[in-house]
Amino acid sequence: MASTAAPPGAVGKSPPRPDGPAKVTGATRYVDDLALPGMWHGATVRCPYPAARLLRLDPAPALAADPEVVVLTARDLPGPNVIQLIADDWPVLAAERVNHACEPVALVAAPTRARALAAAARVVVEAEELPAVLTLDEALRGDPRAGGQQPLVLAACTVERGDVEAGLAGADLIIEGSYETGHQEHIYIETHGAIGIWHGEEAGLEVIGSLQCPYYVHKALVRLFGLPPERVRVRQAPTGGGFGGKEDFPNVICAHAALLSRRCGRPVKIVYDRHEDIIATTKRHPSRVRHRTGVRRDGTLVAQDIEVLLDGGAYVTLSPVVLSRAVLHAGGPYRCPNVRIRGRVLATNTPPNGAFRGFGAPQTQFAAERHMDRIARALGLDPLAIRERNAYRPGDVTPTGQRLDASTNALECLRAAAERTRFRERWRAIERERARGRPDDGQPWQGIGLALVWHGSGFTGDGERRLGARAGVRLLPGGRLEVLAASTDFGQGTSAVFCQLVADAAGVPLEQVQVHEPDTAAVPDSGPTVASRTVMIVGGVLQRAAAQLRARLLAFAAERAGLKAERLRLVGGQVLDPQDRVVASFAELADAYLAAGGEASWIAQHQPPPEIRFDEKTYQGTAYPAYGWCCDVVEVRVDPDTLAVRPERVTIAADVGRAIHPVLCAGQLEGGTLQALAWGYLEEIKLERGRYLNDRLQTYIIPTVLDTPDMETILIENPTPASPSGAKGVGELPMDCGAPAIVAAIENATGIAVHALPASPERLLEARRAGQVVQPQHAGA
Amino acid sequence: MSRAFRPRSLQEAVALLGDPELGAVPVAGCTDLMVLDHAMRRSHRAVVDLLGLAELRGIRWAEGGGSAGGPVVEIGAASTFSAIRADPLVRMHLPILAEAAATIGAWQIQNRATIGGNLANASPAADSAPVLLALDAELVLVGPAGERVVPYRSFHLGYRKTLLAPGELIARIRVPVPVPGTRQRFHKVGTRQAQAISKVVLAMCCRREPDGLLRGVRFGVGSVAPVPRRLRGAEQACEGRPAGAATAERAAAAAAAEVHPIDDVRSTAAYRREVLARLVRRMVLELAADAG
Ligand SMILES: Cc1cc2nc3c(=O)[nH]c(=O)nc-3n(C[C@H](O)[C@H](O)[C@H](O)COP(=O)(O)OP(=O)(O)OC[C@H]3O[C@@H](n4cnc5c(N)ncnc54)[C@H](O)[C@@H]3O)c2cc1C
Repeated sequence: MASTAAPPGAVGKSPPRPDGPAKVTGATRYVDDLALPGMWHGATVRCPYPAARLLRLDPAPALAADPEVVVLTARDLPGPNVIQLIADDWPVLAAERVNHACEPVALVAAPTRARALAAAARVVVEAEELPAVLTLDEALRGDPRAGGQQPLVLAACTVERGDVEAGLAGADLIIEGSYETGHQEHIYIETHGAIGIWHGEEAGLEVIGSLQCPYYVHKALVRLFGLPPERVRVRQAPTGGGFGGKEDFPNVICAHAALLSRRCGRPVKIVYDRHEDIIATTKRHPSRVRHRTGVRRDGTLVAQDIEVLLDGGAYVTLSPVVLSRAVLHAGGPYRCPNVRIRGRVLATNTPPNGAFRGFGAPQTQFAAERHMDRIARALGLDPLAIRERNAYRPGDVTPTGQRLDASTNALECLRAAAERTRFRERWRAIERERARGRPDDGQPWQGIGLALVWHGSGFTGDGERRLGARAGVRLLPGGRLEVLAASTDFGQGTSAVFCQLVADAAGVPLEQVQVHEPDTAAVPDSGPTVASRTVMIVGGVLQRAAAQLRARLLAFAAERAGLKAERLRLVGGQVLDPQDRVVASFAELADAYLAAGGEASWIAQHQPPPEIRFDEKTYQGTAYPAYGWCCDVVEVRVDPDTLAVRPERVTIAADVGRAIHPVLCAGQLEGGTLQALAWGYLEEIKLERGRYLNDRLQTYIIPTVLDTPDMETILIENPTPASPSGAKGVGELPMDCGAPAIVAAIENATGIAVHALPASPERLLEARRAGQVVQPQHAGA
Repeated sequence: MSRAFRPRSLQEAVALLGDPELGAVPVAGCTDLMVLDHAMRRSHRAVVDLLGLAELRGIRWAEGGGSAGGPVVEIGAASTFSAIRADPLVRMHLPILAEAAATIGAWQIQNRATIGGNLANASPAADSAPVLLALDAELVLVGPAGERVVPYRSFHLGYRKTLLAPGELIARIRVPVPVPGTRQRFHKVGTRQAQAISKVVLAMCCRREPDGLLRGVRFGVGSVAPVPRRLRGAEQACEGRPAGAATAERAAAAAAAEVHPIDDVRSTAAYRREVLARLVRRMVLELAADAG
């Protein structure tokens, strides 16, 4: 038998992550652990109404009780009252109009956190409540902010291909459906926190925060404080989870801490407790998606007419980008000649929604996948058959006119998961059992369901071209290499993967590579750590920079040895000549090179191939450089009396291109799957007068380890030509798949068809009472 | 600044709590108290720690210990749920109490949470409450005016209101030892598998006489009313009837008709009522399925 020798180099193995020991031993210091000399603590004054006119903010009672405290309002801002993101509608502190419950109206700083909180509670907020728009339905009826007769549309876009009306007219059958999803809270383990350090007008501003995107915060602070960019420095502290939640909101809390610091002339820290974090920070956009689909009798899709509505909350935040990803994924991983997808984000008077793992795609693919099951039932097909018929193959064309490349593995994922679980046989057996009727004796019902999804890696459209991500490698004495990138590790393991890619590209052992702390004063702008772009895009830039370093050092070695550079190789930290004799160690070489005054940093920039283009007006072109594919098969057990659902087993088959670090890769898939399942059946936010009722961990229910099913991950590696390592994004892919799969399994077990998330026992009961019950499928049994 | 006291005897604790100058509150595991303090941003002038009091600990057998004269299992109010779920007497005679204890929070909570705190906190969702109702327990209360014994079923006066007088403590819980052959059932419907507050929690206790008829039927239920309560209608529907489908359906209908649950952040009134009825039905059906 041929031995399966491990490939040379670090990529493809699973070395320990560099941040692991400090985290496991508790040595890692998060924002909440940091104490700077003279540091004060900040707290936020919030207005309780969902919509209001601010009449008066009176700090007098707070100052009377504690004269030392500092209170700051919108009047005290050094620059525009704007949180810099896409639109300029999000105020740093509400000044006249309040647009959502718990909106910040003033900030307080005091020597201790307790005093800051006490003072914040004493600041008098006088406001006149105004009519509020609290749901998508109310928004559709008319928003006072848009004149009262129409919704306030925060973003809109449309994708069109072929002729939808003609396609529908020619279809054997038209099937319609409407699907809804609710808010989701990130529940990163570490809540939001930041320290502002004002060094004076000359020395400028420094901020340390728990965040995903240092350069987003940098840009926001430069604008707010009117400082030259080099006088604003943003540093990422070790960050305990993000899931997208630390993409947009750090712009707010970092601005608040910085404002207080400037006012007090000392460092000021703000850390939210869990309750404040839930009430005040962004959530996943609730959605309503309508499908009208034309099919042939054999299940072939001929036309998809899809309308996507997202609830943006009070302000634009990142909604236009969330919407475009939502729309681009809304058809699901299926070919269809005639497609029209129209999307809008409407404003409501609820806290602004923002980035969350998946970025709109989980919402629209929940709808797409449930709709596929509905179509299958209408045609007497099983869930596997309808997907096998329509799933994208290499060479198929997406609604934006993009021709899919060879790394298109929808079918492979579908078949791998289905075969592993004997899906078809078991799904049918349960349908037959339901058809026969089961004794009403409390015995649990079993169910099995599947979903198939795709997820574009990297920024949507021309985003990467506009950004031109820069990242690099620095050579340190002793031949150590340091990764210079603003991409942050907030638990996903980015640091480990960067070290692997750089080690192999430079030709040095993994132990020689380390990652520089993301710090805008020290690292180039490699872009935000979002959109499943880090390994694929930034990793690729780093590989190029490391290759340049390697070439330069080999040239230097050749010069010294009087050889031609092409004749030398750098392998495992040794420079070898054509006879494999060691010419020099890399460490030695590096020191000599540095001593000779050589350039120590190599920075490369991302350049998408010129043929990759996307037109944001027509929504035509290459929407994403690569797509990940994933199929989940979920097995559940349902208590027939309580309708309580237990996910028992999930089989995940995913094509991620190339697994740079298989353990971390599986970790992303499993963690993302659990988060997706929970969004599907467990996590829920109810609102009352625009306030979240589930505003603590007591009532916002996330899964515990006992709620976590067994998981099996099947990695299908089909390298993408779009990145040097072949890796596609993996961070968000699993988030798209779990919810529709578990709801499908519940449907198989109970016959109850739930079209709104979460499929909680309460909602299952409601749906059953409303007659949302499907006939068991036993044809062809 | 608040003060903390660690009295060495129950008498000393009662004296401290009876002192109006101190304004002290009793604390045991603090698993309810601290959560509420934090949420309400409140603090106390003084606290009196009950966990060190020998008089409030221990689980023992007492012959003729109850008002009814039979043997009882007597449980110190400061017993933790970890101690309760592991206790051989409880496991042997009061299996549904051990079962309920094992569903409270998770291990860390069970190591601190006490049964006295669970009852005194008076949440309608307290998981030990339905069990103690089904088992018809009594409470021994100790206060400035001395000791008194009250049936647990009369302890809750209204939403989070109990008949504890100011300064009065729950000292012990006396559970009559069920006669051999008594059936006990417990079912908790929580929001998830652990660290879950009940949406509905139901306990049942009854005998099946040699003639096949059900006797001494008691249902205790939580989370469907402002207080944990008995299901008298369902009990009557079963009392003296044969176990079986007809009785099960009647008991279920009676249960659904006699509770007035609400919609809240955890669940809906409709769900609670429906699920309560289904669980009552299931428990009665299971009695029939048990041989003998
Ligand atoms: C994470 C978490 C999970 C939980 N899960 C559950 C659950 O699944 N099921 C459940 O029922 N509960 C649950 N609880 C609530 C809590 O743990 C229980 O109610 C527990 O039994 C309270 O006991 P304690 O000793 O901690 O009470 P404490 O918090 O110390 O006291 C609670 C109240 O009772 C009073 N008190 C305490 N002892 C006495 C006494 N002997 N006499 C008179 N008054 C007294 C105190 O003054 C206070 O007002 C949970 C709590 C947490 C934090």
